[in-house]
Amino acid sequence: MISREDVVHVARLARLALTDAELETMREQLNAILAHIDALKAVDTRGIEPTSHAVPQFNVMRDDEPRPCVSAEEMLANAPDRAGEFFRVPRIIEE
Amino acid sequence: MKIHELTAAYTRGETTPSRVTNEYLERIAKLDDKVGAYITVTAEQARSAARAADDRYRVGRPLGPLDGAPITLKDVFCTKGVRTTCASKILESFVPPYDATVTERLAKAGAILLGKANMDEFAMGSSTEHSALRVTRNPWDLTRVPGGSSGGPAAAVAAGLAAGGLGTDTGGSIRQPAAFCGVVGLKPTYGRVSRYGLVAFASSLDHPGPFGGDVLDTALLLGAIAGHDPNDATSIDAPVPNYAAELDRDVRGLRLGVPDEYFIDGMDPEVERTVRAAIDVLKAQGATLERISLPATPHALATYYVIAPAEASSNLARYDGVKYGLRVPGHDLIDMESRTRAAGFGAEVRRRIMLGTYVLSAGYYDAYYGQAQKVRTLVRREFDAAFSRVDLIVAPTTPNVPFKHGEKADPIAMYLNDVFTIPADMAGVPAISVPCGFTASGLPIGLQLIGRALDEATVLRAARAYERATSWHTRRPELAA
Amino acid sequence: MTARYDVVIGLEVHAQLTTRTKMFCGCPTTFGAPPNTQTCPVCQGMPGTLPVVNRRAIEYGVRTALAFNCRVNAACRFARKHYYYPDMPKNFQISQYEEPLAEEGRLDIDLADGASRTIGIQRLHLEEDVGKLVHEGTLETAQSSLVDFNRAGVPLMETVSKPEIRSPEEAAAYLRAFRAVLVYLGVCDGNMEEGSLRCDANISLKPAGAAELGTKVEIKNMNSFRNVQRALEFEVTRQTEALDRGQRIVQETRLWDADRGYTRSMRSKEFAHDYRYFPEPDLVPLELDAAWIEEIRRALPELPRARRQRFVAAYGLPAYDAALLTQSRALAEYYEAAVRDFPQPKLVSNWIMSELLRALPGDDERAIEHAKLTPARLAGLLRLIEDGTISGKIAKTVFETMLATGEEASAIVRREGLTQVADADALARMVASAIAANPRAVDDYRKGKTVASKAVVGHVMKASGGRANPAMVSKLVEEQLEKLTKR
Repeated sequence: MISREDVVHVARLARLALTDAELETMREQLNAILAHIDALKAVDTRGIEPTSHAVPQFNVMRDDEPRPCVSAEEMLANAPDRAGEFFRVPRIIEE
Repeated sequence: MKIHELTAAYTRGETTPSRVTNEYLERIAKLDDKVGAYITVTAEQARSAARAADDRYRVGRPLGPLDGAPITLKDVFCTKGVRTTCASKILESFVPPYDATVTERLAKAGAILLGKANMDEFAMGSSTEHSALRVTRNPWDLTRVPGGSSGGPAAAVAAGLAAGGLGTDTGGSIRQPAAFCGVVGLKPTYGRVSRYGLVAFASSLDHPGPFGGDVLDTALLLGAIAGHDPNDATSIDAPVPNYAAELDRDVRGLRLGVPDEYFIDGMDPEVERTVRAAIDVLKAQGATLERISLPATPHALATYYVIAPAEASSNLARYDGVKYGLRVPGHDLIDMESRTRAAGFGAEVRRRIMLGTYVLSAGYYDAYYGQAQKVRTLVRREFDAAFSRVDLIVAPTTPNVPFKHGEKADPIAMYLNDVFTIPADMAGVPAISVPCGFTASGLPIGLQLIGRALDEATVLRAARAYERATSWHTRRPELAA
Repeated sequence: MTARYDVVIGLEVHAQLTTRTKMFCGCPTTFGAPPNTQTCPVCQGMPGTLPVVNRRAIEYGVRTALAFNCRVNAACRFARKHYYYPDMPKNFQISQYEEPLAEEGRLDIDLADGASRTIGIQRLHLEEDVGKLVHEGTLETAQSSLVDFNRAGVPLMETVSKPEIRSPEEAAAYLRAFRAVLVYLGVCDGNMEEGSLRCDANISLKPAGAAELGTKVEIKNMNSFRNVQRALEFEVTRQTEALDRGQRIVQETRLWDADRGYTRSMRSKEFAHDYRYFPEPDLVPLELDAAWIEEIRRALPELPRARRQRFVAAYGLPAYDAALLTQSRALAEYYEAAVRDFPQPKLVSNWIMSELLRALPGDDERAIEHAKLTPARLAGLLRLIEDGTISGKIAKTVFETMLATGEEASAIVRREGLTQVADADALARMVASAIAANPRAVDDYRKGKTVASKAVVGHVMKASGGRANPAMVSKLVEEQLEKLTKR
């Protein structure tokens, strides 16, 4: 069961500004979904390894060879706010 | 017309890529208001590519079986210089400075990009209703959904607004819309097709794959995009067979497994009947049937709804108004980010981000994500065990038929669309949906074939055998121009 | 002051690896490029991009792990570490969590009083660096900040020591030794000012002899060895005073302010970050080949401490000399090449320490390797002194010229006519002239002030342009003055 505090905390972790009404709806919906998901807990997985890759592979690496960079102009073209060659962001208040 | 028919016509000089491209563009202009398949139509680019294809055919040097084929890409694939929105407000004006690998490969094969197709926002959904940018309607019944999340490309192919397309399948998002729209849709083996340039939803579950008007077109598209990519560390380094070449081999002696868990109470009886009839067609072709059981199947849905949102919450963390996309002003950074994301993401995406963040958060990882990854192993093992006895698994693609817009407002009701498609995503094995009939009211139904990892050839061959014995693939919806 | 309390320190060091390209993409890692010109869609975290591991970064990580006697985990993988910050393009960092590259190593350090200790190393792992933030003013007062992603994606190697360091002095010693190893291995240039080596500390105090550890305080923003030591010394004082007063130590992160000389609490309330680690799905696990690891182990160079000890044993050098000469691999190799050519270890050492290191930074590998005054040339110069061709004093001027031009000593001596005058007759004549020109010195000498001979020696040296053999001149001056003043 997710509490109201849990939802507020998770929304903060996820950087989502939700209104009180949205938080409440979210809480209800998440609880409903989690109720279904909780069925997983009953599955016996003792001795089973987790799957992180559906088709197992290992050791894929690349050589330390330079590749062409993309120009600053192209990389900044989508910037919502730029100052010269920099991306600009509003003031940062430590959490 | 099918792609293979078009290219044959080009070769014979009966028509040209430019003429065909213009026909498609005109059809889009006339019909897409109704169907809503396209987010962005790239008319100028298409015409320019078509002219280049004209030249090649004129001198008898086409690039291959896709040269001049008019196609669409789900708007989740990056296209350099062409906006790529993922049907989200948060990327509504994003123009990538690079092409996805599949975009490049199709261009190299001479395919002509007509435009970027609609989808559920960030590929999260089963009806395309979660697109923030437009509504896509099922060409067979405009009051109904085309399926999702790749509803755009599926509808485009069904409505003749593209001859083929690419979508992505994470929980069923190629196969389910293929079934709902009466076209062919293939989810290849995980890693068979590069994910570089595919805007990530759930990294371990995303599969790019083709839509075609028939199995041959689908095979041709797969052949052009499959293969190792050094830019994608999860892409498989294995040779790509000539899928089209083996397509017409018969299926005599092919062992088909019919899983108990895919014929469940509550599924639409017309779907069950139609699919069973289709399976009998394959049997008549010489395949053998065997009843199998995949007991972990009911758990696959829950597993998916832990893993996919978890990975999605991580993949979507980058959308924060700093480097690209939407920015909603705020009085400080955190405020700006939080407002941007709340405004830029739709309800379903927000829900999955919250769910995913929760299941990964301190104290919950083992019980949810950790456990889900283990159940995923069980699902994989069951497929492995089944494939030691059978060559393919046959089943319905969906438990239901295309529903009306707005009918499944409850998130969980929507999730249940994916019960038959999710397991193949979990296991990473290839699976196809081919049209196998219609309901009494004319709604398409899909037959699903699931094969061993990297055995797309057998999946395609069986699908083709079924197609040869039927004519569903020749039917097209009537869309008043 | 601290005898009442045991100090417990752990150090976390981040080292930028000197690979040519970034950890997960092919962008160059060179320092100082104009903002956002060394990036690509991958390291900027653009939608749709995927990472691919840089094999050389793994190699450097393994090399370092072996040098620190760690157990290399042949099976390791990458994980995502989530937190939001504008210098993190993806708002997660690809790092390692439960299966790091290496664990359980150690570093031996030597302290000023000659004692040595072994500090355990908990773990070593690889991750990607973040971009750079530029604030207009301070972080606290700036209305906006600017982001440069050039540094984002540069390979970082994080090493966490066990909390076995027992004083700020030891902490500095650990860092110096740690850095020396990295520089020797060629995996990091060790430049704390440029940020290629960074250090955070965890420090707690407990009553002397108590078993239970005290509350840990994290200290950040120390950008040199000296500042690490200063910051920790401040913390020891601060925490001692607080504990003496019966106050509780708050578990928090504090920033060192080098200008003001104190640590201050970060403005925020510190709560544990929830990083939501999970295995990186876009990268496949590593299962490092045992033969490859062995090959890397075999190719390990002699490490600083071992080399230092060998210099003492084999060359009979004092510990001080050995430490100075082994501060970089290039310098140590320079020394050994010079000694091979001119086998007088102490003399060579003196010349390097007093002359070469005035001109070149001993810990700058590149500068030493590219020095125009090669070991062979140095040996050549020393031979000219030994055979009397030039005096030691003249040799120093020749040395300066050699540094600048890279010429052989003999060529310079020939060109400038600096050959030492060692002809006894010629010198005797010069001494006689000098005596004649210095009657006061002669008088002083006659009166018993034997130091007056120095003035005469000086006159001869000056008259000869420094080329007279000083030992012979001194002897001749003494002889002649004695004879003159013999009563």
